Amino acid sequence: MTRMDFEVVVLAGGASSNLSPLVSQELPKALLPVANRPVLSYVLELLEGSNLKDLIVVVEGEDAAQLVGGWISGAYADRLHVEVAAVPEGVGTAGALRSISSYLTANDVLIVSGDLVTDVPPGAIAATHRRHGAVVTTLLCSSPVSGPSDSGTSGGKEKAKKPVRHNIIGLDPTRQYLLHMATGAEVEKDIRLQKRILQAVGQMEIRADLMDAHLYAFKRTVLQDILDQKDKFQSIRQDILPYLIRTQLSSEVSGNGLVSSESGSNKSAVQDELRWLSQHREIAPSTFQDSQPLSLKSQRDDQRSHKCCVYIANESKYCARLNSIQAFSDINRDVIGEASHLSGYSFSAQNNIIHPSAELGSKTTVGPQCMLAEGSKLGDKCSVKRSVIGRHCRIGSNVKIVNSVVMNHVTIDDGCSIQGSVICSNVQLQERVVLKDCQVICHFFSVLYNLPTSWYGRKKCL
Amino acid sequence: MAQKKGQRGATSVAADDSEVVARIPLQAVLLADSFNLKFRPITLERPKVLLPLVNVPMIEYTLAWLDSVGVEEVFVFCCSHSQQVKDYLKESEWMKPSSRFSITTVESHDAISAGDALRVIYEKSVIRGDFVLISGDTISNMNLTQALQEHKERRKKDPLAVMTMIIKHSKPSNLTHQTRLGTDELLMAIDPQTKELMFYEDKVNPSIISIDKELLANNTWVYLHNNKQDCYIDICSPEVLSLFMDNFDYQHLRRHFVKGLLVDDMKDHLIDSLTSSDVRYKLHKICAFYIELGLLAVLIQSHLALPVFMYMIMGYKIFTHEIHSSYAARIDNFRSYGTISKDILQRWAYPLVPNFQYFGISSKVKLDRQGVYSAPDVVQSRSARIGATTLIGSGTTIGNHTGISNSVVGRGCTIGNNVCIDGCYIWDNVIIEDGCRLNHAIVCDGVHLSAGVVLEPGVILSFKVEVGRLITIPAYSKVSLRPQPSVQDSDEELEYADASSAVIESPCTFYTHDLFNCFSAIVACISITSMVSNRNAESSPDYSAHEVGISGVGYIWSTNEGEHEEEWRHSIAPIPEAKLIELSHAYLEEPDVAYLDVNDFLVSGEVKPDSESIGFDDGDGGDYGDSADFDKEVEATFHRALTGVNQETVILEINSLRLSCNKSHADCAGALFFSMMELGLEAPRSSNNWLLVIKLDMFGSDNDNHGVDCELYQNIAKEINKWKDLLKHYLKSVDEEASIYVVSFRFYEPYIYQLEMCICYIQFAIEVILKFEEICLETATELAPLFSIILSYLYEKDILSEDAILSWASEKEGADESDKIFVKQSESFITILHMKLIGPQNWLKEASEEEDEDNGDE
Repeated sequence: MTRMDFEVVVLAGGASSNLSPLVSQELPKALLPVANRPVLSYVLELLEGSNLKDLIVVVEGEDAAQLVGGWISGAYADRLHVEVAAVPEGVGTAGALRSISSYLTANDVLIVSGDLVTDVPPGAIAATHRRHGAVVTTLLCSSPVSGPSDSGTSGGKEKAKKPVRHNIIGLDPTRQYLLHMATGAEVEKDIRLQKRILQAVGQMEIRADLMDAHLYAFKRTVLQDILDQKDKFQSIRQDILPYLIRTQLSSEVSGNGLVSSESGSNKSAVQDELRWLSQHREIAPSTFQDSQPLSLKSQRDDQRSHKCCVYIANESKYCARLNSIQAFSDINRDVIGEASHLSGYSFSAQNNIIHPSAELGSKTTVGPQCMLAEGSKLGDKCSVKRSVIGRHCRIGSNVKIVNSVVMNHVTIDDGCSIQGSVICSNVQLQERVVLKDCQVICHFFSVLYNLPTSWYGRKKCL
Repeated sequence: MAQKKGQRGATSVAADDSEVVARIPLQAVLLADSFNLKFRPITLERPKVLLPLVNVPMIEYTLAWLDSVGVEEVFVFCCSHSQQVKDYLKESEWMKPSSRFSITTVESHDAISAGDALRVIYEKSVIRGDFVLISGDTISNMNLTQALQEHKERRKKDPLAVMTMIIKHSKPSNLTHQTRLGTDELLMAIDPQTKELMFYEDKVNPSIISIDKELLANNTWVYLHNNKQDCYIDICSPEVLSLFMDNFDYQHLRRHFVKGLLVDDMKDHLIDSLTSSDVRYKLHKICAFYIELGLLAVLIQSHLALPVFMYMIMGYKIFTHEIHSSYAARIDNFRSYGTISKDILQRWAYPLVPNFQYFGISSKVKLDRQGVYSAPDVVQSRSARIGATTLIGSGTTIGNHTGISNSVVGRGCTIGNNVCIDGCYIWDNVIIEDGCRLNHAIVCDGVHLSAGVVLEPGVILSFKVEVGRLITIPAYSKVSLRPQPSVQDSDEELEYADASSAVIESPCTFYTHDLFNCFSAIVACISITSMVSNRNAESSPDYSAHEVGISGVGYIWSTNEGEHEEEWRHSIAPIPEAKLIELSHAYLEEPDVAYLDVNDFLVSGEVKPDSESIGFDDGDGGDYGDSADFDKEVEATFHRALTGVNQETVILEINSLRLSCNKSHADCAGALFFSMMELGLEAPRSSNNWLLVIKLDMFGSDNDNHGVDCELYQNIAKEINKWKDLLKHYLKSVDEEASIYVVSFRFYEPYIYQLEMCICYIQFAIEVILKFEEICLETATELAPLFSIILSYLYEKDILSEDAILSWASEKEGADESDKIFVKQSESFITILHMKLIGPQNWLKEASEEEDEDNGDE
């Protein structure tokens, strides 16, 4: 197999504040368990599957980097060639790239967010990138239908009225070029488009149902130039990508000759398709109407544009980012549910995974789409539905666990009822605790009776 | 002929179908007036619809098309030169009994816009069903069957789908930003599934397009088109007419009507999202019923009024139908006149082609190779060369060595020797003497060009102008026998002053008849014989007075310098190459400009995360000033109320303010409250303020109100007491009527309605409390210590409910520490409320739990 000449950078983040209290110094984001394996492993295995084995994993914070590095060297020692780089916390994605950009040498760079859980082959994005000779190619996937546990149970009503909008994306009619992207707070504002870009394509498709999956292929020289020249840029998503999209018709990047000198003769061979799209398509061309001298057109066709392309994942592909607590629950649910092929486990006939070493008490039921890791014990008359239970958990009798994630070494006493919650490692829940949409992280939890429903989603940190 | 038959067949099927549904013949409204000045000076003498297009008056094309699509009744609306239009129609084939449809002329002399015209039509109450709205200068060969079908089906499903617009692909040039028809580029947003038109903008900001976010509120997918052309053929429902009636300020069909509906439509999505279409349909029926009965007054009396009225203008939808292979275009300006003429000669508009016996006027021309049409009786010199795509009308003579290409020559013209004509439109009975050179010009009936005249590109010579020997008429000149009207004059005929036509005409300076003075500048045309001038004297008596010696038969209309710059846009002449090069340079330079814009774009984009974290809900900075204005206005109104204006009037005034500023009731309540506080604040300063420091035991020891300005409190309490009705009105009663969210529940689900009301109320009350906080923090810090007391006072007086206060408190829970001072201050009060609401036992339980947590924290 030929080398793809792509370098891969995995931005694994650090102790992301979005995910507190789940992540901490001891448990960086990259190591959060999704179906009992670190979320980063999904990306690494995906890359391995595309034969991309030379990786740079960038982690925020020295401690976190050590933890991640330790885990990777243990799990992937003989399979991948991984370098873990630590960057200071809070430098942003662009800052993280800047600090490692001098190590990059390949023609193109594939940048993957470490919290991506997907089965879209990165090779497809790389191929699209190459085919168009693009400056940047982005993976877009359909926005996940978020909201807590849409499959049954209450709770979802007030939140899930509308699907969450992640991005507003403008595409050309062929859906190959990225013409506009609004992220973050811009999504809720009026759409502001550059008229020149619309004029060039004539027709723009504006989609609110697509999401930027944070998997990018960049032309290396362009990326390095931007990182050097725009030292204020902090984030790929909010600064670099919008910058490239905005300037695609008035590119300074390729205008100053850096790119063309690098990529040599093939630049001219790549026809500028945006320009092609922009040619007059007259339904009724008149011989009279030759008012546009051809020379003018070619004159405009100089190398002042670059291309921002997209790869739109097929609807059937799974694609999600673990960037919120909601997403954490959703992904855990999906990976053992509808996207079970991602988990890498083999499911039993009941469509669940119960480790042989797990012990179940009498009259205990474990429903489909559940996972029970090694060494966990369940008492009598328990009921587990659509939940993940980690290693060596001890769960008493009459416990009900629905739509929840229970991490390792958790002790749950009799009569507890846990719905839509996340319980972190080493937590101990005493008798008859009722939790609903909570995250419990520390070591001890006192006896509680019914929590009022108004306590939805409160984070309990004791 | 076979083609024709086929078409008849198809349309009669359609007609049958429509009869089954509605039994109403398909009607059409043809506007025989363009309501703009783009064809001046020609339209001073003849209405635009009667101007010949490839030797046939434009209206013939339109009528022929209407005939072909199965229209049975046509109402021709004439305004300027109405007599000419009527006379013409009377003589035409269409009025004869053999005609397949009936034509009724509707005349009005004071209509100045399409809106007025439709209002006149409405008053005649002749339109009974769906109708085709078209202006008399539209050329098309499209088959309307499908579009009509779609329209009818949509109407059946959704009675609010009032209009279907026909659009067509046409990519504007990147350089000139106009289509080949010379119209400005157009921005449309269309829902790809339903084809609903979501957005329509013909005046686009040069570099950044801003689209309301509401556009995507209910759709996840919208197409934004810059490459479509509006054909100005609309299928309308009768509601369109009544909409024009209701909105008497609608003038322009697109700029006002379409955009007006679309903007209202945005609001409608709120309704949409809450109610089913079924409910809306019933509501619609109810409105219609009431109005039919003339029960408007009843409606207004009952508190139905507001929602019903809001409903009435809202919710109408416009759909589009795109045509692909057929032809449709409207002659909007001279450039489109030229383009469409060429399209007709090149048979794009088949069967509307010169050699087809389609029109009442049969012009028996024969098609030769290279697209040359000539009448059989043309007298043509052997040495004359007729180039490609040219039409020569009957009775025309052409001299030796004359070359004509890409042109249309009318009937009975005399063209001398060695004349060179390229890209010109020469109408009937024109005399062109030897050696003239004409380049991309329009030459109207009866013009006489003496030997050696040169017309530079873009020249318009109106009726009967005569040009003397060896004169060169500069590019883009317009020459007419009529003097250029002064501004006042133009207003008279200018039906609707539209900005784009002003580009050509607007600051008209009246050309003095004193040709001596401006002779050198205007190179007025020189009459050849006094006999000719005498003939002209009859038509324009002013003119004869100046006939002494000189010799102008016609005035060159002036254009300003600035206008001249834009002249090329709409001219008959192609865009000069120099201009294109200039533009392309500008285009290449433009990035810098765009980049600047982009930078400010960038700033806004990058600042956002921060502004978000501030978390105040004043949205984007843009309308901040707006809301400040609004507050001021409300305050002023309120102060007027102090001087004795009755409270209801105040409410009315504030309501109208609210509507005009597009604010919610919550905003009103907030602003009112603000003014009350101000009032309370002003009072103590005027009196001798003796401070009484009291400790308010009731409100607990935990808050930090060391001392309270007691008088201030009393003053404020007094004001609040005095105006509480007003405030309550905004918080409670009016909301019921106004909250469009719940409008339709009113009829069907009173309980849900109640519930929704409750939520609305709480939202509004929170707004008031937030406003109060803001006041305390920013404008009147002396009020800060009083916050909790006033809050409790408001509660006592039943202005704020416990729900509202509690939800305010819980809303603030997640806020910054600095944000929470007031919550803390009124903590004990809130606790009391809480206790009241949930009962002491529950409260105790919760409190202990809270404590538990607190302990845990430590």
